[in-house]
Amino acid sequence: MNQKRSWLLALPVLALLLWTVAFPNVAVIAGSFENGLGHWREFLASPTDREALTTSIVISLASVAASLMIGVPLAFLLSRFEFPGRRILRGVATLPAALPPLVGVIAFLFLYGESGIVTRTVQTIFGMEEAPWRLTGVWAIIFVHAYTMYVYVFLFVSAGLERFDTTLDEAASGLGASSWQRLRRVTLPLLTPAIAGSMLLVFMTSLGSFSAPYVFGGGIRVLSTQIVASKLNGSLGLAYVETTVLALSAVAGLALFRWLERKRKYASSGKGSATRKTVGSRRAATVAAVLSALVVIVLILPHLMVVLVSFAVDGAWTTQVLPPEYTLDNYRQLVTDSQLWRPIVNSVSMAAVATAANVVVCFVAAYLIVLRKFSGRRLLEILVALPWAIPATAIALGLAATFNRNDPLSGRVLLVGTFWILPLAYFIRGLPLVSTAVEGSLRQLDPSLEDAARGLGASWWLTMKRVVLPAARPGLVAGALLAAVTAVGEFVAGVVLYTHANRPISIEILAQLRALAFGTAAAYSVLLIALVLIMTFAARGLEERMA
Amino acid sequence: MNGGSGALALRGVTRRFGEHAAVDDVSLDIPAGELLALIGASGSGKTTTLRITAGYEIADSGQVLLDGKDITSLPPQKRGFGMVFQHYALFPHMPVEENVAFGLEARGVDRATRLARARTVLESVGLGGAGKRGIQSLSGGEQQRVALARALVIEPRALLLDEPLSNLDPTLRQSTRDELRSMLHRVGVPALFVTHDQEDAFAIADRIALLRNGRLLQVGKPEDLYDRPESLEVAQFIGRATILPGEDAGDRVGVSVGGLRMEFAATRPSAGSGRSGKTQVVLRPDALDLTPAGEENAWHGEVVNRRFTGGSAVYKVKLSDNITVEVASQNMQLREGDAAGVKVVREPLPVVYG
Repeated sequence: MNQKRSWLLALPVLALLLWTVAFPNVAVIAGSFENGLGHWREFLASPTDREALTTSIVISLASVAASLMIGVPLAFLLSRFEFPGRRILRGVATLPAALPPLVGVIAFLFLYGESGIVTRTVQTIFGMEEAPWRLTGVWAIIFVHAYTMYVYVFLFVSAGLERFDTTLDEAASGLGASSWQRLRRVTLPLLTPAIAGSMLLVFMTSLGSFSAPYVFGGGIRVLSTQIVASKLNGSLGLAYVETTVLALSAVAGLALFRWLERKRKYASSGKGSATRKTVGSRRAATVAAVLSALVVIVLILPHLMVVLVSFAVDGAWTTQVLPPEYTLDNYRQLVTDSQLWRPIVNSVSMAAVATAANVVVCFVAAYLIVLRKFSGRRLLEILVALPWAIPATAIALGLAATFNRNDPLSGRVLLVGTFWILPLAYFIRGLPLVSTAVEGSLRQLDPSLEDAARGLGASWWLTMKRVVLPAARPGLVAGALLAAVTAVGEFVAGVVLYTHANRPISIEILAQLRALAFGTAAAYSVLLIALVLIMTFAARGLEERMA
Repeated sequence: MNGGSGALALRGVTRRFGEHAAVDDVSLDIPAGELLALIGASGSGKTTTLRITAGYEIADSGQVLLDGKDITSLPPQKRGFGMVFQHYALFPHMPVEENVAFGLEARGVDRATRLARARTVLESVGLGGAGKRGIQSLSGGEQQRVALARALVIEPRALLLDEPLSNLDPTLRQSTRDELRSMLHRVGVPALFVTHDQEDAFAIADRIALLRNGRLLQVGKPEDLYDRPESLEVAQFIGRATILPGEDAGDRVGVSVGGLRMEFAATRPSAGSGRSGKTQVVLRPDALDLTPAGEENAWHGEVVNRRFTGGSAVYKVKLSDNITVEVASQNMQLREGDAAGVKVVREPLPVVYG
């Protein structure tokens, strides 16, 4: 296909992305300068805003450190050693990532909050007057971040260790290196790309994290919550400045990482022959198994907790360690009360619309990026990757700033207040997830296959249908799953953009929590987890059928 | 040999994976300065034997001896052996000189000294100026030499090489064989190298040990394995051969093809297990030659295939009784379909049983 036809295919996609991805950012930046430097001066003069910026960065760095401390040793333990229960533990270790962020936060509240089960148990055992700790402030946020985000480190480092060429380690030991020398000079340097990549991911996620600071923040202010507060106070200009600063911090982090990455000259060797050492003595195996069991309990406790509370009678659980009364009413109500059923329909339909749009747009974009070396390729690449670098709060505020009035001539269409604004937000957040996955699949396609098909007389359409699409399918399924899971539990954009009629599950969970209806909030959370699990299994089934 | 004065020895080494014995009662002696090639098909246990010698695998029973001392349970980092891996296992994040100096770094040698020594060794393998280069920028042959330099710089007590030539292209392979042989001889320590390619083994090794299903079939000089195989399996694995049934006739052996029986001088396996089974005669292509059609005291048949090999050609000649033999001949004149006679020109013929 020649340049002209590539452009013809690219034009609608580029136009859509420029309008929905690039333009809102421009609108936010322009909004921050709407009265010259006034809003910026306001930002710089405000001690709360300065504090929010430093707290955001400090929390993000601490979350990175905490995630590394949990994720790296766990990855080593589970990749390098063979002991009873290893495979189960490996599966459980990724569970925290399956919790939608708000649900994770709520589970922590039920467990370690002032009236949480663990807190109450400790209080009862030691006969204390007051709760032994309060789950608020910076430490609480870092605690929750570490629990949910260590999974990135764990997955990246595990993958790095699986790919690790163990003959390098053998070569080093044959040359006389002790195990410490081998770790320091061979293993860790070769894992650097994996570790650095996961650090970046934790940093970015943490910088944009909203649920934990929102629920546990107490008096603590971070940029992502500050933006929403400013918007609710009607200080839109200031919210634009805060959004710009948050987005710039994220982009700066990303740029720093890319710069560091480019300084490295070698590619990590990629042929895996991971060998596991079997834990030798019986005693060591017992210790390993017991420790693993403990880790498993700690990791699945939040999930179990949410399930338990979902059966608790609303309002009955006050000062007891465990909820005193149990009922199925919470679930019954979800289905029978149309007001309570509504958010479920909303979330599922909005996620479905967004994911469908992601699949179409990202397939075309990935096709153009990977297989058509046309001149607009770089722009397309940047546009689909951009939402990854920009925190969700900033995306939501950009949409709020852009689609809040009907002025089609300047590219503004009134979407705020309609059903379509949240699917649009989900769509934008799903873009990098789906396109990265599809690009990965298409890169494995030998480009000469497309030429071969054309050479055999296949039309462009037939080639697309029989060669390109089948190659892209694993990526499409995996990416769509990720996008749908993120969308169905999405919270941040919801807070900024929801209306009562289109409120998603997460917003309803928060509302129930505010009304102290813990049982109902937990029932919604269980439903969310169930939705995530169903989608995961459906995607896996689809993948297997294709294979 | 008693395993003394720097020699490397294996004594009854056995390694099982479940029920399957990957290495089964292997004993070897490699005196200092000798190059021993361990050959065999894939799965024959040669790599496991090498890894046990290096310390990466622990033998279930048996011993590894160096200079007469038992090092069976010594970890690899304490053995002081130089190992060259099949894919070289060069550290991708270190430049060439740091790779080579790594063994000295592990021994606590200061940076200036170890880099200077690395440079000296690099020069000796013909890579004097390559110290600062990255591993990715090296060709396969260069990587192989860096791997060798890295093994040599620690002044190893033994050298172990796992398929060191298998990643080189055929032309480079030829010249590297000679280089490797003289290099290893200069170092003067026992050297054990594993290969599946018998041409590599013939070209480099002083002696060859042939493994099959974890058991040693025969150890000896290349020409011993070629001309005096101890068993049918050795005769089949080493070199090309047509193997025909024969009849023992005292010291000599009789071979009948198409009703024409001829007797030849024979070499037989040393007495013992190698003497049971049917008598088989090993006809190497270079022990045969073509004769004009119709000549007496020759077997006659038709050329079915001709392969030019440089100074000679190898013919496949189909004789009667559905027997096809391979014949190497300086006679280039015949073509497929021509009638030809075949006669034995080099005696004694190896005889094996089985």
